[in-house]
Amino acid sequence: MTLTLNHYLLVSGLLFAIGFAGVMLRRNIIIIFMCLELMLNAANLSLVAFSRFNLVNGLPNYNAQVLVFFIITVAAAEVAVGLAIIVALYRARQTTHVEDINSLKF
Amino acid sequence: MDARFPWFILLAPLISAVLIQLFTRQSRGLSATISVASVCFTLLASLFVFAGPDGSSEIPWLDFRPAFYVPIGVTVDALSKVMLLVVTGVGALVHIYSLVYMHEDESEARFFGNLSLFMFSMLGIVLANNFAMMFIFWELVGVSSYLLIGHWFTRDSAAKAANKAFLANRIGDFGFMLGILMVWTAFGTVVFSEMEAVRDQLSLPAVFSTIAVLLIFCGAVGKSAQLPLHVWLPDAMEGPTPVSALIHAATMVAAGVYMLARVSFLIELSATAQLIIAWVGILTAVMAALMATQQDDIKRILAYSTLSQLGYMICAIGLASPGAAMFHLFTHAFFKALLFLGAGAIIHALHHEQDIWRMGGLSKKMKWTFLTFTAGYLALIGTPFFSGFFSKDAILLAAWQQNKLIFLLGLATAFLTAFYMTRLFVVTFLGQTRSDAASHAHDGPARMTVPLIILAVLSVVAGYGFISNAALGHDLAQQLHLAHDAGGAILVMILATVAFIVGAGGGWVLYKGQTKDPILIPLFKNKFYFDELYAALIAGTQDLLATIARYIDQWFIDGLLVRGLSGATWATGFALRFLQFGNLQGYAFLFGLGVVATIYLLVFR
Amino acid sequence: MSPILFYFFAALTVVFALAVVANRNPVASALSLVVSFLGLAALFVGLDAYFIAVIQVLVYAGAVMVLFLFIIMLLNIRAEERRKLNLPAYAGGGLVAVAFVTQLWFVLQKFEAGKSAFPAMAETNVDDVRHVGNTLFATFNLPFQVIGVLILVATIGVIVLSKRELK
Repeated sequence: MTLTLNHYLLVSGLLFAIGFAGVMLRRNIIIIFMCLELMLNAANLSLVAFSRFNLVNGLPNYNAQVLVFFIITVAAAEVAVGLAIIVALYRARQTTHVEDINSLKF
Repeated sequence: MDARFPWFILLAPLISAVLIQLFTRQSRGLSATISVASVCFTLLASLFVFAGPDGSSEIPWLDFRPAFYVPIGVTVDALSKVMLLVVTGVGALVHIYSLVYMHEDESEARFFGNLSLFMFSMLGIVLANNFAMMFIFWELVGVSSYLLIGHWFTRDSAAKAANKAFLANRIGDFGFMLGILMVWTAFGTVVFSEMEAVRDQLSLPAVFSTIAVLLIFCGAVGKSAQLPLHVWLPDAMEGPTPVSALIHAATMVAAGVYMLARVSFLIELSATAQLIIAWVGILTAVMAALMATQQDDIKRILAYSTLSQLGYMICAIGLASPGAAMFHLFTHAFFKALLFLGAGAIIHALHHEQDIWRMGGLSKKMKWTFLTFTAGYLALIGTPFFSGFFSKDAILLAAWQQNKLIFLLGLATAFLTAFYMTRLFVVTFLGQTRSDAASHAHDGPARMTVPLIILAVLSVVAGYGFISNAALGHDLAQQLHLAHDAGGAILVMILATVAFIVGAGGGWVLYKGQTKDPILIPLFKNKFYFDELYAALIAGTQDLLATIARYIDQWFIDGLLVRGLSGATWATGFALRFLQFGNLQGYAFLFGLGVVATIYLLVFR
Repeated sequence: MSPILFYFFAALTVVFALAVVANRNPVASALSLVVSFLGLAALFVGLDAYFIAVIQVLVYAGAVMVLFLFIIMLLNIRAEERRKLNLPAYAGGGLVAVAFVTQLWFVLQKFEAGKSAFPAMAETNVDDVRHVGNTLFATFNLPFQVIGVLILVATIGVIVLSKRELK
């Protein structure tokens, strides 16, 4: 049995679903953050798979890989800012549980 | 002579106006000197232009050819030459006269500045070689007229009269502008000579050309104070008398006639429009003459007389005789300016007394004024061998040849003119002095009487062939000669003379030695109740519109749009805020549900 | 990449991703995430994306995870004590995730092009760092510069957020 693009896409989809389920189920905001990273990486996986699948002149499509590079960079920046926000939030509320952070309502 | 020379005629009064308004308003003498110098220069330059050849020159202004081209240009031809002479000639005399008349006025500088502005705008109309430029100067004339009527703006009636004149003109000018746009659309150009050149290649629908001509005529109705927009001219007499003489007798009100003569090639396109123009003109002539018979204010009588004579000219335009119209314009400018200036001399001498029943016996006190006024009076009523006789005769002849009914009304107007002018003349100059001021009156200084004398001479001789032919130029004079030879000339002359004799004799008999008016006709005295009618009409319309507007505002704008919108926004917000429950994972759930639903709709359905 | 290796690393990635969600202790979750990312990097290698794989290890498994652990320790977060099972949340989350995977499964069934094997590359040893760099600096130079600014802004933002007293 040979490996096909669909194998990779399925793994990518599973990772995404797991990440999403984590966002939904976990209450600790740091874990939720980790799950967000999982979802981003699921997207990266399908990008790289497509890049390898659709060859340009016998080489992978490097545009997709550059996009992955950008995603990683932005994700890193996002993690930095997000964790800083979490720290600030913890200082203010002494909690990292999303259920305790619900003041943004009418 | 260079074709660019006429630009100097245009520039001199502009420079004068700018100088006076910006720099010399503090100095009355200097301002007056600048203004008079500029007008004398334009008079000299106009004489040069008159002696010189025809020609034109233009500067591109809005140049988007081939779509759109509006130049600023001057054109010199027979028509503009005679008008130049009238405007600068009367203008110069009025300026000199004003030196005395306005001497005691504190805002003399402002007066002369505005007078120069008026000269600039009027000369712009005369020289304009296209409709767009003419319209600009047309409006400028309206503005300067407004400023001059309202010169004594501290007087309530003057301010109101200025507003009235401006608004009445605005109504006419709106139609004029629409007419220009229509013609522009049809001809693709606004330059008169180009329009004339392409006219015969166009076949316009009759309705289109009729509407276009009538809209253009609207401009003349406003400026030349024809029915139903005539109401502003009598009130415009609130302005200083030299202004009345220059603007509201000789030049500005004649601009409408001049414009129509300038575009007579357009008017020929529509016989219907021609008929309407002729009828408007002759009805104005008759009604204004009727109103004039019952006025007591010397300037108002002359104003209604002006209306009446303008009606004649417009009628001549409608009868396809621009030659007759321009001829009458030419002679009328001199004798009517003379009459106004004479009236001004009387008013000046009587310390601003304008009621003719408080004058009387002035023939002995103001000899020069009396003599010159007599010349103007005789010319206006069409005394044989005075200038007014010839020009009025030309118009009546045109009417006789084309429309007997109009001719009869014209004859009636001639009779009425003789009647009311005799009334004015007899009551003012003959009989007993009826007030203190009148008994101490005396002639003004030379600067006042010399213009009167010059105008008196012109009033007498302007109608003779050797002057009028030279002034009108070959084409228009030829037109008059052809009409003269076409038949009926002798009969019309006799009838006109009879009308003159009956009118003047009747006035003489009725008013000789009277100290108050022996006849009283309220309809005429109250100017056919036009002002009251307009007031009621406008007030009624305004009330109706205001009521409608209030209901729209109250129910539609306020109720539906303002309150309705804010209410809808508030209700939507109120409903939607229940979705903001504040639970992060709840939001994520809804979001995921949305994603799944979207995929389902996009892929599986 | 041989199918066996693929299945191994795919399983590694998915299982440890599940462990991230399932672990009650945040530190365990973070470490599971590292393993999951390492498996992902191995999958990248299998797709001949060596550079991306290396970056994945360096940035995610290295820098980002250190940051996570550091914050967990800084805030001294302990394992969640057992709470009452939040049934609606579990049902909702599970429902959406399962629905998503099911949809993906059907989409992949229909996606015929994806059922063929990966085509062979023109040459086996590609220096993909050079190619990625070339694309990055030649084609996507402006976005690259913008990313630099973004990171600067993020840095400043973090400093501002971390200051204890905001005036």
